[in-house]
Amino acid sequence: MTAVQTVGRLFLAFLEMVGQVTVFTLVAISHCLRPPFYFRLIGRQMMEIGYYSLPVIALTTLFAGMVLALQSYTGFARNSVGAESAIAEIVVLSITRELGPVLAGLMVAARVGSSIAAEIGTMRVTEQIDALVTLSTNPYKYLVTPRVLAGVFTMPLLIVVGDIIGVFGGYIVSIYKLGFNPTLYLKTSWDKLFLEDVTCGLVKAAVFGFIVTLMGCYQGYHSRGGAQGVGTATINSVVSSSILILILNYLISAMFFGT
Amino acid sequence: MTDIRISLKDVHKRFSTKVVLDGVNLDIMPGESVVIIGGSGSGKSVTLKCILGLLTPDSGDIEVDGESVVGIGDREREHINAKIGMLFQSAALFDSLTVWENAAFGLIAGKGMSRRDAQPIAMEKLALVGLDDKYAMMSPADLSGGMRKRVGLARAIAIEPEILFFDEPTTGIDPIMGDIINELIIKCCDETGATALTITHDMASARKISDRIAMLYKGKIVWDGPTREIDNADNAIVQQFIHGRAEGPIEIESRRA
Repeated sequence: MTAVQTVGRLFLAFLEMVGQVTVFTLVAISHCLRPPFYFRLIGRQMMEIGYYSLPVIALTTLFAGMVLALQSYTGFARNSVGAESAIAEIVVLSITRELGPVLAGLMVAARVGSSIAAEIGTMRVTEQIDALVTLSTNPYKYLVTPRVLAGVFTMPLLIVVGDIIGVFGGYIVSIYKLGFNPTLYLKTSWDKLFLEDVTCGLVKAAVFGFIVTLMGCYQGYHSRGGAQGVGTATINSVVSSSILILILNYLISAMFFGT
Repeated sequence: MTDIRISLKDVHKRFSTKVVLDGVNLDIMPGESVVIIGGSGSGKSVTLKCILGLLTPDSGDIEVDGESVVGIGDREREHINAKIGMLFQSAALFDSLTVWENAAFGLIAGKGMSRRDAQPIAMEKLALVGLDDKYAMMSPADLSGGMRKRVGLARAIAIEPEILFFDEPTTGIDPIMGDIINELIIKCCDETGATALTITHDMASARKISDRIAMLYKGKIVWDGPTREIDNADNAIVQQFIHGRAEGPIEIESRRA
């Protein structure tokens, strides 16, 4: 086989995958809009994706906020610029606009996306998805829709909590380590934060929630070949959703603040 | 309107270059219990999956109650599959649900019945397959293979289907449990008057549960006749298979090739 053939084959395989993902996405969205809805399952997935992710999100954003305050202080100290109000602004904007959604998105991709891919993948290889079809239950409706809806609606809530904790992380370091004035810090944080910043973060959160759950479902749904296939599906779900999160994060930022 | 319940007409299916079904023709009458026998990889499971719409045949037609089911939409498929109950080889129970929720699945998720109404029916079907109340709240993971098949059977019959499919019902369980499953299959078919289509390579089970046997070999039905006549079948392939001889016309595929 020549190099050209290899490149051609890889390219065709890539196009095929893009097509498959697109069709999967459209079918999943169409089922999100048509009854019947399994509210019980949506509730359970909201607990699974949202509530149980809280500790990991809290820790991630807390330390992100803390290290941000610490390092920006170092930077300002070197250039002898007035750090006190700048740090509060840096922390609150970075967390709400970028770090909160991205770090939380990546953590949720690792925690939730992988578990969705493994669970649905196992259901695929043990014929449980076929069993759903024989029991007149649409697998998209039963497996994919509840997870995707739960992802889209709970991620923004998670990010709100993450943002608050992230700002609090910056506050702890600024007050107790760098000796800033607490009232001034909180006031600056609040004054410098515009609605646009929060909206941008929440839009990102909803998009990332969609991406993570959808890629988990897609990879699991199309897994084959027993335990190894489920392993591959899990890897692919985390890798593909992480990459998509980083790319889409840039695009959404450019959309909000590009000009 | 025809009297034939399931009709396969010249069904072809292949995976890339490997031909699995090469023109399968089979008619199944209402109330009949038909067993398809054949070696591993002869296309038995693919045949069932084509009827259920899990796979789409490359060519040919499949009719259930006179309606063509090839290439139909989701809604029609749900309507057709509501008539069919299926027992999977590995039972394919939902491991996130308890035993009774599994048995009630077709009623709750498929037919939209409330959990409260579905539970007594599920318990009744579980009792029919010999599982009492103490199993109801258990997880399928805590059950043995034979027990799981019983739950799978209860799940399949809970929707009171007109057609029952059994995929290797006795494979992977001990002979006594296998015979219990055979008895249950006969009992379920007799009580509900359902049409049954079973695929297996277990001849003892095939003889016991079937009215008619069809032998699938190299993607074609090579012999089809009443169960009592299979011993006198004038077909070298059937004779080799039912006597389990290593020597004969059947070519065993070499996995290493």
